[in-house]
Order: sequence, then C-alpha cells, then structure tokens
Amino acid sequence: MTGAVNSVSRRGFLGRIFSAGALVITAPLIPNLEADSATSGDTTIWQPSVYLGIEPDGTVKIVAHRSEMGTGCRTGLPMIVADELEADWARVQVVQAPGDAKYGSQNTDGSCSVRDFYDALRAAGAAARTVLENAAASKWGVPQEECRGQHHFVVHAKTGRKLAYGDLVSSASAATAPQQNAVRLKTPDQFRYIGKDVPIVDLNALVTGKGIFGIDARMPGMVYAAIERPPVMGSTLKTCDDAEAKQVKGVQQVVMLDLAKPPYGFKPLGGAAVIADNSWAALQGRKKLKVEWNASDNSDYDSAVYKKTLLDAVSKPGRVARETGNVDAEFAKGGKILEASYYTPMLAHAAMEPLAAVAEFKDGKVVTWAATQNPQAVQDTVAKALGIGKDDVLCHVTLLGGGFGRKSKPDYVAEAALLSKQVGKPVKIVWSREDDVRFDYFHSPAALYMKAAVDEKGHPTAWLQRSAFPPIAMQMNPEEQYGGFQLSMGWTDIPYPIPHLRVENGPAKAHVRIGWLRSVSNIYHAFGVQTFTDELAAAAGRDRVEYLLELIGQPRIIDFGKEGFKQAGPNNPKYPFDTARLRNVIEVAAQKSGWANQKATGGRALGIAAHRSFLTYVAAVVEIEVHGSEIRIPRVDIALDAGRIINPDRVKAQFEGAAVFGTSIALMSEITAAGGRIQQSNFDGYPVARMNQAPFETHVHIVNSEAAPAGVGEPGVPPIAPAICNAVFAATGKRIRDLPIKKQLS
Amino acid sequence: MIQLTVNGKAKRFDGEPEMPLLWYLRDELELTGTKFGCGLGLCGACTVHVNGQAARSCLTPMRAAAGKAITTIEGLAPHGEHPLQTAWKQCNVPQCGYCQSGQIMQAAAMLKTNPKPTDRDIDTQMQGNICRCGTYQRIRQAIKMAAGVQA
Repeated sequence: MTGAVNSVSRRGFLGRIFSAGALVITAPLIPNLEADSATSGDTTIWQPSVYLGIEPDGTVKIVAHRSEMGTGCRTGLPMIVADELEADWARVQVVQAPGDAKYGSQNTDGSCSVRDFYDALRAAGAAARTVLENAAASKWGVPQEECRGQHHFVVHAKTGRKLAYGDLVSSASAATAPQQNAVRLKTPDQFRYIGKDVPIVDLNALVTGKGIFGIDARMPGMVYAAIERPPVMGSTLKTCDDAEAKQVKGVQQVVMLDLAKPPYGFKPLGGAAVIADNSWAALQGRKKLKVEWNASDNSDYDSAVYKKTLLDAVSKPGRVARETGNVDAEFAKGGKILEASYYTPMLAHAAMEPLAAVAEFKDGKVVTWAATQNPQAVQDTVAKALGIGKDDVLCHVTLLGGGFGRKSKPDYVAEAALLSKQVGKPVKIVWSREDDVRFDYFHSPAALYMKAAVDEKGHPTAWLQRSAFPPIAMQMNPEEQYGGFQLSMGWTDIPYPIPHLRVENGPAKAHVRIGWLRSVSNIYHAFGVQTFTDELAAAAGRDRVEYLLELIGQPRIIDFGKEGFKQAGPNNPKYPFDTARLRNVIEVAAQKSGWANQKATGGRALGIAAHRSFLTYVAAVVEIEVHGSEIRIPRVDIALDAGRIINPDRVKAQFEGAAVFGTSIALMSEITAAGGRIQQSNFDGYPVARMNQAPFETHVHIVNSEAAPAGVGEPGVPPIAPAICNAVFAATGKRIRDLPIKKQLS
Repeated sequence: MIQLTVNGKAKRFDGEPEMPLLWYLRDELELTGTKFGCGLGLCGACTVHVNGQAARSCLTPMRAAAGKAITTIEGLAPHGEHPLQTAWKQCNVPQCGYCQSGQIMQAAAMLKTNPKPTDRDIDTQMQGNICRCGTYQRIRQAIKMAAGVQA
C-alpha cells in the first residue's frame, strides 16, 4: 500500500463540491513510483491528494481527476475507490475535478490512469471505510476489528447491528484519522466492482445528447472566435485585410494574436481572429480575411522529399541506443543476409470533436471550460500566455470527444483566454475540422531499416535496426533530431535474444509541430519489427506463429541492461518484461483465431503481430480478404495481458476501438505537406475507417492476471497494422513496406 | 422570417438564411446534442431528422429548413427511451460518445424505412457516420437488437 490517511476534514478547497455537513476524506495520493515514467510523461508531483466525500444523506461523491475521452477512466477510477469503500455504486456520484496540482498528474495520456493511481485510490477508499468502521465501533462500544463496512453500511456481525454510512457522517467527521497500519485493504476475492463490467457513468447522457463536451460549454455573454493561423510553421504575417470579413453579418471585430516563436511547446500559434455572434458568422468572416504570409525556414517542407531524407538517414550508421555482441563482424562473415526499409507517414489525430474551449478573463483571472486531457497544462499554458499566476487559472474539464493525445496540448485553450482578455468577454474558440487537421501536433513520419543475418534454420544470428523520425522533443528544442525517450517505445526494448544485436536512431529535423498520438512511436517501431519478423519467417518457409515464438525464445525476464541497452536502468520489479506473458498472448490469439486450421486461399489469409507497449502484452491475428485493390477485414482476434483489469467491458471496448484505429493507419490515413503546408484538411483527404471498412468483428481475449495493472488505451494499436500487412502478404505475396496500403494492391 | 418546428415546438428565425441548421440548433437553441464534426457532410456527427428523414444539419441552410419539422437527439423519444437508445445502453456502445447522437439519428431514420436491416444494409446506411473511437461493431449489434434481427 502506498497511500495513508493524513487528515479527516469537513472542509478543503473542494468545499463547494461537498455540502457543509459532509465527511470529506483526504488521503495522500502517491502515483505509482515504479510505473514506467518514460511513457506516462510528467510524474513530478508527489504530494497530491484525492478526495471523496460522504454526504449526510449517504450519497458518496468521488472525484474523477483524470479526463474522460472514451477510455472509461471516469468510471473505472471511481470504481476502485467505491470498491474499497464498500459503497453502493448506485449511490455514488462522480464529480469531475478541475485542474489542480493537488491531484498529482492529471495528464490523461500514456495509458496510465489506472496503473499510476490504482494503489492510491484503493488506499483512499479503504481509509474512508476505516473511518466509518471506527465511528460505528465507538457508537456501539465494540472493538473496531469487529465492524465491517458492507455495501453502504457498517455491520457488527456478532450482534447483527448495522448503521448506514450516511448516519455515521457526523460522528465520523469528529474522529481522528486512522493510522496507515489500521487501514485494511480488501483481498481480491472481496472485490465488489473491480473486475466486473460496470456501465460508464455518462451512458445515459451520451445516448440522449445531454453529455457536455468542450464544444458544448457556454458562458454567459460569450462570443465566438475563429482564427486564421500561420499555414507554415514559423511563417510571419505579411498583410491582413479584414475589411470584407467585418462586413459579414454577425462579425463583431477582428483582433490579432501574437505569433508563436520557437520553441513552440504548447503555445498558441497566433494569427488573425474573427470575433462574432455565433460559430457560423465567425467561420464565414474568417473565410473573408485576406491574409498573406511570409515564407519561413519550413516553407520547403515536402513530404515526398522528406521521405527520401528519412530513408537516407536510416541507410547510414546512426546513434547506437543498444548493442550486444558484434553485429558488423557477424554480417561480414557472409552467409544469408536479409534487409528491408519501411516507411510510415505523418498522421493527424482527427478526434471527432475538433479542439474546443470557452474561457473568460476577468479581474486578472481566467475561468475556462475545456475539452482537455491535461487541465494542469492548461493552467500553465494560459498563465504564461497571459502573464498571470497558475493559481489564477481555473480549468474545468468537460467530456472530450476523443483525444488520442492531441488534447494534452492546450494551445487552443490559451487562444480562448487571450482573446477574452482582448475583447473583454468570454470567448468560445471554434476550430473547424480543417483547423483541427492542419494545425495538429502530428504523429511523426518515420523510416526504418532492418537487417539480419540468418542461420540455416532461418534464425537471425545478427540483427541491426535503425529508425529516423522527427522527435516530440522538437516542442522544447526545434533543433532536436534524435528520438530520445521515444526509442524505448518498441525499439530498444525489442525482446528477441539475438547474440549480435544493434539498435540505432538517425537524425530527423521537424518542420511541423510533432506530438504524440495513441501509442506514439510504437506504431512505426512495431510495424518495422513485426513486418521484418514476418519477412524472415517467409524466407525460412516457416509458420509465422511458431517462428515468432522461436524468436522471442524461452520464457524469461529480460534484463535489458545485460542485453546491451545501457540506459535501461534496473529492472522494474513491478513491471518486468516477462516474455512468458508475451508468448502466452500470441498462443491465445493463435488458438482463438483458429490459426492452425486456417490456410490462405482465394485472397483470404491471416496475419499475426505481437507487441508490448505501455507495459501490456498484446497479440493480434487479423483475417483479411482481398478483392482486387480492396481489403476487407472479417475478423480480428486480440489477446492481451494488462495485469489486473478494473472494468473488463471497457477494456474490450478499447481494444475493439484499437483494431479500428489500427485499420485506419494500415489502409488509408496519411498526412502530407507541400511548400510547408499540410495538404489534407477534412475526412475526404484524410480518410479514417468507416463502418464498412472497419473489422467486421473483433474478438478481445483478456488474459486473467493478478499482476499490477498496466495500460489499455493505447497498446491495442501497434500490432494491428503489421498484422494486416502480414496477412496481405500471405494472401497476395505482396509485401507492404510503406503505409498506408491505399492503392498499392491495384 | 423562417418558421419551423424543432422537436415539436414552433420556432421563428430571422437571422442569416444561409446559416446551417446545425449552428442554429447549437448556438441559438442550445440543443448541443447535435454535434459539429466536419462541416462538409463527411462525418455524420450533425445528423438530425428533417421531416422524418436523416439529414446533415451542417449542410442544411436555414432557408431549406423553412416549414420543416426538425427532430434532434433531444427530441427522438420523450424520455430517451427509443428502442435504439435502449439497445445502445444494453450494448454499452459509446466510448467518448461524441458521434453517438448522429449515429443514433441515422439509425433511427433507417429503421423507419427498413425495419429489419441486414448487415449489408447497415453498412450502407451507416457508413456516412464516422466513429473515431471505433464503436462500429457495437453500433451494428445495437441496431440489430433494436430491430429484433439476429445479432
């Protein structure tokens, strides 16, 4: 247990959430120190607190401090608290927290909401139950150990007496906090909600149109704004003629926002903003702006040229990130050598809700309602943009219409706040779909080079892999060209015990803003490793599943430090890389898909890929049918081992969705630039999978596990594209090395 | 002056007749269940019923809504108990939920003319509605449940 109770209080900064008579439990919330911090981003705050309160009427209010963008964490996290509290779920109200450092990281990305807060939320729930048990014990004059919280009552089994939680609130509030060692956590067999399917708390609202997203939030007297932003990163304003824009009915004024200077970070890009009575007038007025921009250093950015630059970068030695044995000597021996280069394009997030927020600047303070994955970053970014203190920014979090990483970067919220300061009214910022696509923080394009020497059985004796992609670190340093922490996402942590192994990374300069997108670098790294593995298996004439298992080798806990990854650090005892678990998900996916009995016939075939990311082991078997140049996906089987599962149905949903997300990446989605400008702008030029293109059915197989909980929002994505492409090879003999497949089969 | 009914209530609109119905519903009537997704009729998030038929409100100018009966997700069923809404809940369809109003409105219009759709019918009728979370298989399951056809 990592949490302990430090106070019992009637008040606190969340006083407005709970009534004056409520019992408010304050427990320190200690994010899981052992978790994979490379993928969870900022875990620098260690003294936050989580709050839950019990009202005198028995209503339990649980604060959800992470953002709901479809993963179900707004339900799953409170389930953990309610379980340990022994609360009746029907009497739980979930309250969304505003941004506040007291909660610890609220940055809802990196698939870490459950894994970072599971222990702390259990501790909070158990502490509250203990307080209630103590209060009942005092009333009855019996030892606390004889009292048990059970489904919203404290029960004294010996005498059959019981008291409702609500009736204990006033006496419990006067009690002193229990010592940490007096707080008893449940054993897993006592779990009431953890591990059971629980519908999301917003289900009814979402099917009746009552859910409030960022784009739906309103403030009294607000105006609407649409911004013309610099179309090329770093371009400056040449001229802006707003005469016609001001003639549009409903347009109030046009105001200028300062243009961002590098490093771009989360800064608003700036530009010319049309302020109007409604969204439509703002968008129409904006179309009437006549704006010219000066060229910048990035005006030559062209995706076709840049692809060659990346492929060139991986054709030369790069920085070594991991090395064992002597790869060069092994290659020099001659024998059978296989090599291949791969390319994956830029991608946009394209969440269904374009970026949206409403903000009011008044009396030196900002209040905002925003669809944000990271309300504390909103506080930071808005504070810096307006020159006010972070504590002067109150960020309420709405529901998010998808996020996928884009809504961690609050440039759009700062736009609304800056404009509100300029016009003296609350401002709702309206991003069109075109804005959302063109002014994304893009998923990097990437090139990969793979080379292996194989023995007579087709097993690699030496393995070299190089990647090059413009890094996320460009946000803080535009000159940064190396992958840094992104290399640990499915690249330096390749699990094959090959005696001669080298992992490299080449340089790539960013010419657009680069960000993280659902599963981040695992997308291209898994594509390279899992496609090349399939190529080696094909060259050896081997069954793909058997060959993949052989490459992973005998079950072991990988010590990456000993296997040449010098920066790996000591093994995380809670989340070691256990190849037995990776092997198991492969075997489960193969068995459930009927792999052994399926033979490729008539354009129909199966493909497999497996990948561990966000500490979760995943294998996917994809069945495809090729009809001319079209690919259909009748079935996907995904097996996953994510440790302990909180809400199985929502985990299944995440992997069903990942299969669709991965299908978009494999088949159709691609962002390109020409003249430094993004060429796509809407779902016509940037297609994503529709119902008739998505897998017809995805079967998700969750491995029962009592291991520490791992991630579920992202790890389903990486194996999908290579599994699809491996199936395409099995069906047609055509090897896909460039994504998306688009018309490569015609 | 444009007159229309929205969810059974008479409304008058004297603004810009080219303004899409979407923004009238959202910004003026505060019926925000109808969502903006693309503005070009490419994603279906803004789907409403115009005289009972599915229409993309982002492409429907107010002048074209004159004299029409508009139904939004808020007015689909009195207490949110349309068979599709019930089935949607039973199948736990929504993830983020943003596209779901449009999905349900599209499906409701389909079932009026095709009460027992096949998988192919569903694909054809629903492919204009994008769900980036990827809830398609549960959408299909819920439609079949509401229609009483074999799931």
